[in-house]
Amino acid sequence: MPINYYLFFSLALFCIGIVGVLTRRNSIIIFMCVELMLNAVNVLLVAFSKMHHLAYLGKSAGAVSDGTDGQLFVFFIMVVAAAEVSVGLAIIVMLYRNTHSVDVNFLNRLKN
Amino acid sequence: MIPVLLIFIPLLSGLLLFAVNNDKTAKNAALVSSIVTLGVSITGLLILQTSAHLVCNTSWIPSLGSRFRVELDGMGQLVCLLTAISFPLIFVATYRNEYKNAHRFFALMLLSQAGLMGVFLAKDALLFYFFWELALIPVYFLCSIWGGEKRIAVTFKFFIYTFLGSLFMLVGIIYLYFQANQSFAIESFYALKLPGRTESWLFWLFFVAFAIKMPVFPFHTWQPDTYEQSPTAVTMVLSGIMVKMGIFGLIRWVMPVLPMGAWSWGDTVSLLAVIGIIYASLVAMQQDDLKRLVAYSSIAHMGLMCVAVFATTKSGMQGVMIQMFNHGINILGMWIVVNAIEQKFHTRKMSELGGLAQKAPGLAILLVIVALANIALPLTNGFVGEFLMFNGVLSSTATKYNVVFTVIALLSIILAAVYTLNMIQKVFYGNTNTLTASGTDVSLNVKIALIVIVVLIFAGGIYPKPMLAVTNDLSDAILSRMNLRY
Amino acid sequence: MNNILQLVWLIPLFPLLGFLINGLARKAMSKSLIGIVASGMILASFIVSVLVFIEVRKGNTQAVVLFDFISFDKIHIPFSFLADQLSALFLLIITGVGFLIHVYSTSYMHEESNEHFGRYFAYLNLFVFSMLLLVLGGNYLIMFIGWEGVGLCSYLLIGFWFKNNDYNNAANKAFIMNRIGDFAFLIALFWLLSKTGSLTFNDVFSKTDLLSKTDITIVTLLLFVGATGKSAQIPLYTWLPDAMAGPTPVSALIHAATMVTAGIYMIARSNILYTMAPLTQSVIAVIGLATAILAASIALKQNDIKKVLAYSTVSQLGYMFLGLGVGAYTGAVFHVMTHAFFKACLFLGAGSVIHAMHSQQQDIRYMGGLRKYMPWTHITFLLACIAIAGIPPFSGFFSKDEILLAAYAVNPIYFYVGAAGSLMTAYYMFRLYAMTFQGSFRGTNEQEHHLHESPVAITFPLIVLAILSVIGGLIGIPELFMKDGHSLAEFLAPIFAGSLKLQHAHAIDHNTEWILLIISVGVAVGGSIYGYLRFSKNPELTDAKGFGKLLENKWYVDEIYNAAIVNPIRALSKFFSKIVERYVVDGMVNGVGRSIQYGSRQIRLLQSGQVGNYILLMVFGIVIFFVIEFFLKKG
Repeated sequence: MPINYYLFFSLALFCIGIVGVLTRRNSIIIFMCVELMLNAVNVLLVAFSKMHHLAYLGKSAGAVSDGTDGQLFVFFIMVVAAAEVSVGLAIIVMLYRNTHSVDVNFLNRLKN
Repeated sequence: MIPVLLIFIPLLSGLLLFAVNNDKTAKNAALVSSIVTLGVSITGLLILQTSAHLVCNTSWIPSLGSRFRVELDGMGQLVCLLTAISFPLIFVATYRNEYKNAHRFFALMLLSQAGLMGVFLAKDALLFYFFWELALIPVYFLCSIWGGEKRIAVTFKFFIYTFLGSLFMLVGIIYLYFQANQSFAIESFYALKLPGRTESWLFWLFFVAFAIKMPVFPFHTWQPDTYEQSPTAVTMVLSGIMVKMGIFGLIRWVMPVLPMGAWSWGDTVSLLAVIGIIYASLVAMQQDDLKRLVAYSSIAHMGLMCVAVFATTKSGMQGVMIQMFNHGINILGMWIVVNAIEQKFHTRKMSELGGLAQKAPGLAILLVIVALANIALPLTNGFVGEFLMFNGVLSSTATKYNVVFTVIALLSIILAAVYTLNMIQKVFYGNTNTLTASGTDVSLNVKIALIVIVVLIFAGGIYPKPMLAVTNDLSDAILSRMNLRY
Repeated sequence: MNNILQLVWLIPLFPLLGFLINGLARKAMSKSLIGIVASGMILASFIVSVLVFIEVRKGNTQAVVLFDFISFDKIHIPFSFLADQLSALFLLIITGVGFLIHVYSTSYMHEESNEHFGRYFAYLNLFVFSMLLLVLGGNYLIMFIGWEGVGLCSYLLIGFWFKNNDYNNAANKAFIMNRIGDFAFLIALFWLLSKTGSLTFNDVFSKTDLLSKTDITIVTLLLFVGATGKSAQIPLYTWLPDAMAGPTPVSALIHAATMVTAGIYMIARSNILYTMAPLTQSVIAVIGLATAILAASIALKQNDIKKVLAYSTVSQLGYMFLGLGVGAYTGAVFHVMTHAFFKACLFLGAGSVIHAMHSQQQDIRYMGGLRKYMPWTHITFLLACIAIAGIPPFSGFFSKDEILLAAYAVNPIYFYVGAAGSLMTAYYMFRLYAMTFQGSFRGTNEQEHHLHESPVAITFPLIVLAILSVIGGLIGIPELFMKDGHSLAEFLAPIFAGSLKLQHAHAIDHNTEWILLIISVGVAVGGSIYGYLRFSKNPELTDAKGFGKLLENKWYVDEIYNAAIVNPIRALSKFFSKIVERYVVDGMVNGVGRSIQYGSRQIRLLQSGQVGNYILLMVFGIVIFFVIEFFLKKG
């Protein structure tokens, strides 16, 4: 299977994420869209590391790779994303408690 | 060792003064410190007569390739001497002025002196820039804390103006630093051979900074305001010494480093300066406030120096170098008189004064001498400098318009006579009025300061040879460096 | 015995010492001590000058270098003095007349307080010092020092009574007008310095081949402009009549005998340059003649005793310039000398009159008949009047005639116009004399009661000067009367030798010379007699009308200058300071600040606080970046 399929798939996911972030006002949905964009990148990483690692090998002599570096990265990203989600959700919960809304357009000032 | 002392005596004593909480002690300590500096400066002058170099060269910021390199050379000597003489005179002449938190006032004054010394001594571009700012920053505080009514607005203007200039200069220095293989040393700048176009725009980066400081028309509007609003002691520092930083920087950091730029823009700059001379003289004729009058007359004088620098002749260069010293002395004298009048009558308006010659004959005589030196009467120091500068401009080959520039600039000697005599007449002659009727002659400290100035005026005017000898080698060096690139 | 010429620096040193002593210690000294110090110093200078003169007479001249003044590289201007025939002659005039005037002043100024008395003599000594520097200077720069110095002293002395603002204005005017001349003088110096590399007289005059024809014309013209300032010629003469605000001895010393002749001295000194510039010579001759006529015409209708004398000074100076312009350098210098005698005598006589008149009356319409009260003043004044009118064998005749004859040789019109001028001179001088001394007294009774002859300190200088006015001309008897009678020309010959070689000899045959002599003597005698007869019985007391009014108001030259030059400059200055400075230059600066504020206020709107907007902009940014990176970038 050519890598192009993965590329287009990931591009599509990313664009959906962007459009979602831009158009939605609900902060939870925005949050989910950000996750979507993050995962689009993850897909790319896995795809490239599986199918393209030899190209990398060729360029820098002496490096050893069996095509799992990128996949390892994905795990890192997932861990970090999980941490981020917990912080982000906590903020949203606090916002909801204070403003009784999760609409981002209400949040246009830093003080008060 | 001498150059280091020149910087560190005022620096350390300034810092110490912040801790002294007694105003009287602070005042005396500042005076003592400035006299010690004067002593060191004179010693340096004497040593240089016999042996070669007074230089200190130690590591400063090695990672940037900048060294702490200070050196006393011909031109530096004169302006350092000016700085060293001026501060004791300022402290003596304003001895009776009262300041709140005087210890801070004097501390900042001394810090400024340290900065000025550094500017005149530094032979490393980054060090030069550092001292340039060190000299200015205390002045901002001095103006904004002890100044007149409109001090905040005026200081802000001054700050923006000079800082903008400094920033341009910093960009220029950094550019040159990379061109010179990451070295700030003056020699590596001098060794640079940049293409004409590069020099052309680099020239403006530096020139704007120096033009604002001098100030050259039309960058001058900060000056009358600042002079008017600053406490007179600070005005003395500003106009007596600090404006010389501009000319000094031009001679040391622009002319030899960017000769092509200087040549290609010489006419433009000279034209601006010449316009400035006439313009400032005419504006001075209309002023009623003594401080503003002196401020505009200073603009006219600095304009002349600027023209003479760009004439790039030996005579002009020599004239500028000794005129830096002489003008500093003369204008200091003018300020001392203004200060004495203001302290006594609480006004600087000429229209409110009059008849002081009856009440204060001593002051009148001293002022007349200083004023005559200011309009360059022969046998006063002002004449020697101006004579050489005009001569330099007329014999210049760097411009086609040498005759035009000379003639227009020379008109200033007529206009200067007009406004100076008018000032003398309004303040000192005529009959007394209710305000001046109760006047008395000035106190001893003012007289001492003025007498010292008068002695310097005549010494420089009758026997200028030693001064010319001091600057001779340096002006040769600068001109030959410029001609190498021609 | 060359030593005395080496000591020539003593001559200016004495007055300088006098200045310092009187200036610094005037409060501690009594009036008589001040007077003795001041006059004594000048007397000492005079004695040294006489010794120098005797030495120079033997044919010795010497340049004395005191020290290097301005010197580096190729520019080498020493502080040097030059003792030669020309300077020796001027030294004698200055110190001699100066001494007499100092003596006179001790009495004239006696009513001043101690402090002002001391100040007066300090200024006077300083003036003599500057004047001596001027004539002794061995190069143009030293000459310029004296040149500016006398201008300064003139300023200080005109404004001596500084409580009066009119006097101060007159002083300012004098200084500024002089400065205008100095401006041109300085340019000439720079020009010479850049072309010949030197300012020393002997160097410059021997290097004239380095100067092109144009250079010489420019330099000489500029120097002449300088001279018009100092010597009160058109267009810069208006300060001199105003300068009469100073004490009368000052007018005598500065504005008649010495300072105003500085221009003549300078041109006589540079005679070789002027001879090489015929254009300049014509300009000088025309301006000199025009000044002579204009000033004489104004003097016809003045009623202030000092003003008449002032305009007559301007007019006589015009004759001297005419002499210079036609190449009669000796004649001009001769006239400087005789003029110093009779004009000083006239001014001092006027001072004596003013002194005698109560309440400082200077208007001759309120005088008259003073002959009875002041015999010495009267007789000396009369002698000086005859001398200035040019009646032989008094001194003015010889010198003025020498100039007029030389003028005829160049251009007969010069002669006729000049003769018309001397007609007016004779007329107004005798008008002045008649209205002051003849007829009956027209002042108040109180004044009449007060009238008296002046003390001996005043009459003594008058008598000496009157004698000199009478016999002073005998050193320059024209060849027509006596072979080798012109000992002055002989004495000055080395100075003008260079010019003589270049000049084309305009010999006038003896018959013509006789006719011209008769014409000029005729107009002088005629003018004098007419003036005397007309005014001794019927003094002119009413204000002038018509053309006379024009003359009385000095052709309205001051008003024209004010309207054409002073006021426009004032207006320009006002425009600059009130409009340009505030709104244009400062406006520009403030405009930059304001536009930045405005710009930031607009840009601030972008910071809406809406997260969505920020992200949208970010996405746009990234998209643009991609587009540039992938599609627009070449290669």
